[in-house]
Amino acid sequence: MEKEALHDLSQVIPGDRMFLDLAERYCYSYDASFGEFLPEVVIQPKNAEEISEVVKLANIHKIPVYPRGSGTSLSGGPLPVKGGMVLDMTLLRDKLIIDRENMLAIVSPGVITANIHKKAEEAGLFYPPDPSSSNVATIGGNLLENSSGPKGLKYGTTKEYVIGLEVVTPTGEIIRTGGKTVKNVTGYDLTRLIVGSEGTLGIVTEAIIRLIPKPQAKQTFVAHFNHLIDSGHAITSILSSGILPSALELMDNACIRAVESYRPSGLPLQAEAILIIEIDGHPLAIEEEIIKCADLCRAKGASYVKIAETEEERQTIWSARKLVSPAITQMGPTKISEDATVPRSQIPAMMERLNRIREKYGLNLVVFGHAGDGNLHPNIITDKRNITEMKKVELAVSEIFEAAIELGGTLSGEHGIGTLKSPYMEMELGITGVNMMKKIKEAWDPNNILNPGKIFPDKGQTRVVLVT
Amino acid sequence: MNETNAAVQNLYSDAYDWTNQCVKCGYCLPACPTYESMGVESASPRGRINLVKMAAEGKIDFQKDLSEPIDLCLGCRACETACPVGVPYGHILEAAKEAIENSAPTNQKTKMTKIKKLALVHLFPYPKRMNRIGSAVFLYQKTGLSKLIRTSNVLHKVSPALGHLEQALPAIESSSKRIRTGTIIPAKGETKLRVAFFAGCIMDSMMSRINRLTIELLTLVGCEVILPENQNCCGALHSHQGETIQAQALAKRNILAFMEADADVIVNNAGGCGASLLEYGHLLADDHEWAGTAREFSKKSKDISQILYQLGPLPYTEEWQGIVSYQDSCHLRNVQKVQKEPRLLLQSIPGISYVEMEGFDRCCASGGIYNLLHFDESMKILDEKMKNLKETKATTVVTVNPGCQMQMSIGIQREGATNQMKSMHLVEILAKACGLD
Ligand SMILES: Cc1cc2nc3c(=O)[nH]c(=O)nc-3n(C[C@H](O)[C@H](O)[C@H](O)COP(=O)(O)OP(=O)(O)OC[C@H]3O[C@@H](n4cnc5c(N)ncnc54)[C@H](O)[C@@H]3O)c2cc1C
Ligand code: SF4
Ligand code: SF4
Repeated sequence: MEKEALHDLSQVIPGDRMFLDLAERYCYSYDASFGEFLPEVVIQPKNAEEISEVVKLANIHKIPVYPRGSGTSLSGGPLPVKGGMVLDMTLLRDKLIIDRENMLAIVSPGVITANIHKKAEEAGLFYPPDPSSSNVATIGGNLLENSSGPKGLKYGTTKEYVIGLEVVTPTGEIIRTGGKTVKNVTGYDLTRLIVGSEGTLGIVTEAIIRLIPKPQAKQTFVAHFNHLIDSGHAITSILSSGILPSALELMDNACIRAVESYRPSGLPLQAEAILIIEIDGHPLAIEEEIIKCADLCRAKGASYVKIAETEEERQTIWSARKLVSPAITQMGPTKISEDATVPRSQIPAMMERLNRIREKYGLNLVVFGHAGDGNLHPNIITDKRNITEMKKVELAVSEIFEAAIELGGTLSGEHGIGTLKSPYMEMELGITGVNMMKKIKEAWDPNNILNPGKIFPDKGQTRVVLVT
Repeated sequence: MNETNAAVQNLYSDAYDWTNQCVKCGYCLPACPTYESMGVESASPRGRINLVKMAAEGKIDFQKDLSEPIDLCLGCRACETACPVGVPYGHILEAAKEAIENSAPTNQKTKMTKIKKLALVHLFPYPKRMNRIGSAVFLYQKTGLSKLIRTSNVLHKVSPALGHLEQALPAIESSSKRIRTGTIIPAKGETKLRVAFFAGCIMDSMMSRINRLTIELLTLVGCEVILPENQNCCGALHSHQGETIQAQALAKRNILAFMEADADVIVNNAGGCGASLLEYGHLLADDHEWAGTAREFSKKSKDISQILYQLGPLPYTEEWQGIVSYQDSCHLRNVQKVQKEPRLLLQSIPGISYVEMEGFDRCCASGGIYNLLHFDESMKILDEKMKNLKETKATTVVTVNPGCQMQMSIGIQREGATNQMKSMHLVEILAKACGLD
């Protein structure tokens, strides 16, 4: 980076929040996905004004700017692929106001999502989006990736809750979108455009999010299936029965085996699938609904159904699901985690396609995920030092995306496009669709300053490259 | 091959595979006290692991880039308990420290601060010298010299770190009360267990009273206590500072001394020492001659709270007035995985009201000699801790490690709360409730 640019930046940001040394730069060269890109400088801004100044300078000197939350992105979102500067947003964490009357929270982007959950609950309210990274990830990162988790089925994703933003635009102006009202139809809905834009259209410096009343009670049960296809039918019959569970999670046989060998907890090794179903709401209503759901599972061929009677039993059921991630990382050092999503009715078909891909390439592929909303997580466990296998993984990943899109689904249900899925954008949206998006990006960010190298593929890039 | 290349090679073979286990999920970030207080990724476990990886790949320099982030780690190992995939951070940290130490060009080795050098090389390994220091401090406290120094505040002017430490030193017993090694103390009543007591270097010299009370409590619950001769410092501070070879030598001397005693268990009363004893198996894993015995030794090592709880209940004679809170020793909690026994013991004291503080599992930033080497960083973390402690309204805060106990005393002084609150070792409060003194 030019001396002049650095000099200008140092006029805006004090030295103890601007890092040029190699160690600190390497510390912001990664996220939870792949790839390592060394930024030229790391800056920790403290407020919107500083960010605005920095972005203006970046436009003058043509330096890429990469906003970063806690770096838990699984799609390469905050990676500084074109060098430049990383803006570590984690120091912007002083505001977390719960407005009970209006059922809102006003938050700084660096606030950890779990803290919002906690504060909302203390006020008898509820912020539903709950990615499993919520103890670590920032609300800013959640917003820009439009994150969600098991509760997405009933409560939707982050975008359903964001009603207002303060944003530094790619050219350095500070704007507000939306506001404090739940209803708002004034002009284009820029809030929604920015949420999920993966840090390419603006830097969020404050967010107003909607809260809802906390459900009074919840109940959970687990069902084992000897045939995967039966579990698929159970899912569709529950969802068409008029009951909307707050979570409907699936683990396949490979996951079950992984968990059992990691921490034996009495899971059925012969079962092809386990479903975990949770229902929340009024205690009397859920009492009836849970029994109905359990019956539906039995009718579709569940070999075993157990409704949790105590909180402890409920935790035991969930712990199996929570052990999946750690368990499968024991199977190999490299984990390629996908989140291809299909319409609910296509879950059985998608599972079948994934089975075929596993056999075709002979890969260690396990599937779990938020089956209720069709958001499956096929995970391939491998070792990135094994180049031949990695080449197979690249092909398998492409086929997974093809399958999802052929079945009417999407590339990403919650992890975002980032660097990893950009080559497939045209497959889902078509050339014109991608071009419309590009036009928006070009209009907002004429100098291509903000998070370049994400979402849109480089010229000629047609599939993911995991090893070179 | 020059020293740097050799260090890269060694680090690569020692720690590279471990660093590769890290999936960079960041689950360890909320557990890390230095990440919280410093707010930069290089002060987080994920950042440090990645830097070690970069160093092993030869991408960054040990001295210029790696040493500071590693040095600023407390070694509390809370990150390990948070990690879903079980990355062995403690091992990575030690390998890194060793590599940093070894990669320093010989003429630059003086970089090791004077305190460190003095303590590690010339003091802790020698029980006699430690005792002499203990006696000197005793004299110093008895003669009134300490009062003079305290009121004149001269030490604070020289070094705030030393000044604080001086004030936090416990009252030391005269050496005549100290129980000599080589002694066997019979159980009171029926002998249920034969235990060998690990006296520790700091515990033995500065806190001999706690050691004496430990032994009395053990005999009270039916232990025959052996104090093996020729035992010495556990070597924890040495491994934490990258002095692996010296740590190994100390470990071997201890193993010899204790295996000869042939006890059922080896008991210690200092979380940090206990953790290091528990890891002798790992420390000597590559030494064919010693690996087996080291593992056996480690298996026998237990914390005092585990034994007292196992053989309890204690024969209490006194009621305790007031609120008590407990600050976990990181190495007891995160490495030895002992957390319920000290709490249950405290709660069993008649009359006690026990209140858990928010963030009890967070390091107090004493971290071996971290508070001496990184005074400001340490105090930032300590001050956060004191806020939580004050919320409990406790009049006594209990710890199980000499470093933590002194650190809590420093915290109490900084709060100006010496009249309202004191810090005690678990053994002291239990002994008091049993009418021992
Ligand atoms: C173990 C694990 C489990 C996970 N589980 C889930 C899950 O269940 N559901 C789910 O949806 N995701 C999950 N994720 C993915 C990840 O946690 C989410 O994408 C999360 O929202 C990222 O937040 P972050 O603070 O880490 O942001 P980062 O990873 O740092 O950044 C994410 C993106 O947001 C941008 N960004 C961050 N802050 C700002 C800002 N203030 N303004 C503008 N742009 C910004 C970055 O440029 C980047 O594009 C998981 C990740 C891990 C490692
Ligand atoms: S040992 Fe403690 S201070 Fe060091 S990285 Fe782990 S949690 Fe942080
Ligand atoms: S929790 Fe474990 S795997 Fe995750 S970043 Fe920390 S050390 Fe790495």
